[in-house]
Amino acid sequence: MKIGVYVCECGINIAATVDVPEVVEKVKSFPNVEICRYNKYTCSDPGQESIRKDIKELNLDRVVVASCSPRMHEPTFRAVVEETGINPYCFEMVNIREHVSWVHKDKEKATEKAVALIAGAVARAQFLEPLERKEVSVIPKSLVVGGGIAGIQAALEIATDGFQVYLVEQSPSLGGRMAQLDKTFPTLDCSACILTPKMVDVARHPNIELLTYSEIEKVDGYIGNFKVTVKKKPRYVDTDKCVGCGLCAEACRLKGRVLNEFDENLSKRSAIYIPFPQAVPLKYTIDSNRCNMLRFGKCGDELLCVEACEQNAIDFEQKEEFVELDVGTIVVATGYDNFDPSNEPKYGYKENPNVITGMEFERLVNAAGPTEGHLEINGKEPENVVFIQCVGSRDKEGHEYCSRVCCMYTAKQAHMVRDKFPDAIISVYFTDVRAFGKGFEEFYNRVLDEDINYLRRELDDSIEVVGNEKGVIVKAEGHPDIHADLVVLATGLVPKSDNKEIARKLNISLSGDGFFMEAHPKLRPLDTFTDGVFLAGCCQSPKDIPDAVAQASGAAVRAASPLAQGKVVVEAITAIIDEDLCSGCRICENLCAYTALEFVSDDKIMKINDVLCKGCGSCAAACPTGAITMKHYSNKQVLAQIGGILNQ
Amino acid sequence: MTTTQPKAEVKEFEPNIIGFLCNWCSYAGADLAGTSRIQYSPNIKIIKVMCSGRVNPMFVVNALQQGADGVLIGGCHPGDCHYQHGNYLARRRIGVLKKVLEFMGIDERRVRMTWVSAAEGRKFAEVIEEITDDIRKLGPLKQLKRVNEW
Ligand SMILES: Cc1cc2nc3c(=O)[nH]c(=O)nc-3n(C[C@H](O)[C@H](O)[C@H](O)COP(=O)(O)OP(=O)(O)OC[C@H]3O[C@@H](n4cnc5c(N)ncnc54)[C@H](O)[C@@H]3O)c2cc1C
Repeated sequence: MKIGVYVCECGINIAATVDVPEVVEKVKSFPNVEICRYNKYTCSDPGQESIRKDIKELNLDRVVVASCSPRMHEPTFRAVVEETGINPYCFEMVNIREHVSWVHKDKEKATEKAVALIAGAVARAQFLEPLERKEVSVIPKSLVVGGGIAGIQAALEIATDGFQVYLVEQSPSLGGRMAQLDKTFPTLDCSACILTPKMVDVARHPNIELLTYSEIEKVDGYIGNFKVTVKKKPRYVDTDKCVGCGLCAEACRLKGRVLNEFDENLSKRSAIYIPFPQAVPLKYTIDSNRCNMLRFGKCGDELLCVEACEQNAIDFEQKEEFVELDVGTIVVATGYDNFDPSNEPKYGYKENPNVITGMEFERLVNAAGPTEGHLEINGKEPENVVFIQCVGSRDKEGHEYCSRVCCMYTAKQAHMVRDKFPDAIISVYFTDVRAFGKGFEEFYNRVLDEDINYLRRELDDSIEVVGNEKGVIVKAEGHPDIHADLVVLATGLVPKSDNKEIARKLNISLSGDGFFMEAHPKLRPLDTFTDGVFLAGCCQSPKDIPDAVAQASGAAVRAASPLAQGKVVVEAITAIIDEDLCSGCRICENLCAYTALEFVSDDKIMKINDVLCKGCGSCAAACPTGAITMKHYSNKQVLAQIGGILNQ
Repeated sequence: MTTTQPKAEVKEFEPNIIGFLCNWCSYAGADLAGTSRIQYSPNIKIIKVMCSGRVNPMFVVNALQQGADGVLIGGCHPGDCHYQHGNYLARRRIGVLKKVLEFMGIDERRVRMTWVSAAEGRKFAEVIEEITDDIRKLGPLKQLKRVNEW
């Protein structure tokens, strides 16, 4: 056995806290260590080359690299040894950066710890065994979850690459939040004008199957071979027959009595509805929480909608349906929720009609919105408008992050108020204006020139909105009171309330802020820890439309690439059973979450289906006879590592 | 009966602790502590396993036999296990093991099971500080110094 050990200085990232030459001196004397060197950057070309050269010249059969986290560079080094003729599983990595140099200051102790960890790896390396990685074929289809701008973009890209895409949207229409916006910063394009053509493209694309009013129920399988169960909620309208004429909604007994969530509850609709006129698909849906017939089995003396529908499309007997989709990859684009200021800090929201949120503002200025674009409160045009920034964002007790879009949407909205009311007094309470994107600073400067008072306050300074007979008074610490008749809260973007549930279904993680977590914040921002599942848009973090679209195009490339290759390599780490030792006790059988263990009644032993086995090792830990070996984490390997670390 | 005397003695003892961390949550949480430069005591030495469910109680006993003064097992939060329920299996096994250790006269605080997600770098550092502190107070483990041939 000849082991080569390579200790990385990582510039000074490791070398500043770990005495690397001393580590090398100690490691040289470990059993079976043929060579031990250090490099400034082991991952760099010269670093990799030194490993290749040693493997050839010294006939190494195991390689250990002590550097950063295996999450970072294990694939890099596995490829290096593989190219040079060593099985990638005969490589072992030691994390002396994230787990040593970056978390400890005491150089002596950090050095000792690095030596101990390497001793563990060297001991383990002697028992490493070559493993064969399986290649599995990839179902050349993708699933996109969420039909906002990010999901739309991702679906169109993958479909245009020539692969079949299922786009699953939980609401009755595509569009997401962007459909609710009026104009978009910094160019002031009309949001619907740039969005709706894309929605139509999705509906028409021969490679996209659109499942609206549908949700993900269950996800099984792995990259290349996911099996997804989708629940299609009943619309109580036959979409093959519905032509979107709207006669039903006109006729509905509850017309004008059901709160319209698309208008942020500022208007009322019927119980049978489309969310907005350009909805895709243009098919009506019955709101089962409100429809009399669905709630009470009765609606007056006759069913007005049924009477009105010339197509006979209404079907109260519709049931939810479950469809199974087989896909190779998944893009998650489920977007965000708006911060609800009826929770603290409320600034008089809900208590006072003059206080509204940013999204409510968008609806109020929209020509298709509740007031047909007339910005008025209680029928009166505002004369003194105050915007308050950072509501629900940058709050150490709540959402600590910056929501990234509110500064710019406030500038946009202030501009729109000025556009409509040249004489209005407009003030913006801000803390820092974050105008970081292309064209943002220019736009902000333009707005500043429109006679808009930007008033600076510290985040911790008190600011209160109290009602009076004429409207409200905004009392901000260090500033004179403002008597306003409209206050717009720049509410932040928050994780969707069901993110945790979705994360569990998809086997992905959440970041501390509650958004979905990327595999690496810098280098793998579109991937998750689960191979084959990718992220796009605001579900990963708050972002504006240009960023959401760019990320979606990127995620589409990531999701399409396995489909194009047709094959993926999956982990070789599975369990194996020694038939001679297996007593057929079946203890392991129930422990396996993937039914990979099967009892063979003729032989009275267990058998492993290694396509189903995901390699957790729960069975191996339970086997009383030691018949199950977990490849790459065998008892021998783990115990050797323990011994190596402790006996050093 | 003053307590100052033994305390000063205990302070000099630096425990050796082995941590078995699952690949998906706790190991990633430890990485995040690293990238966030959150400092903690260097007594812990981490061994990566795919799932906390892989941790055979024998690994823990073996670590104690080979000279560890304490062992930490870190998994995903309940419900979040990458392999659905491996962390529950670990919790039960470690629970039973703690009972056995107690029976053998070994303080059960030497073995600890914890949940740390990939986003909880700070929590990871806190857990390490706690266990290190606990074991520092308990002092060296003397009972089990037999190297096991397995
Ligand atoms: C008041 C306000 C003004 C803004 N103004 C601008 C602006 O002017 N310019 C700009 O660039 N950006 C602006 N933004 C930001 C913009 O809204 C977002 O960048 C954009 O909507 C992000 O798109 P998305 O597809 O990631 O998410 P979303 O728009 O939230 O879309 C997500 C979609 O996924 C669906 N979905 C969610 N969960 C599931 C599930 N479990 N299953 C199936 N489907 C699901 C949702 O129904 C939705 O259709 C503004 C934001 C706010 C709050």
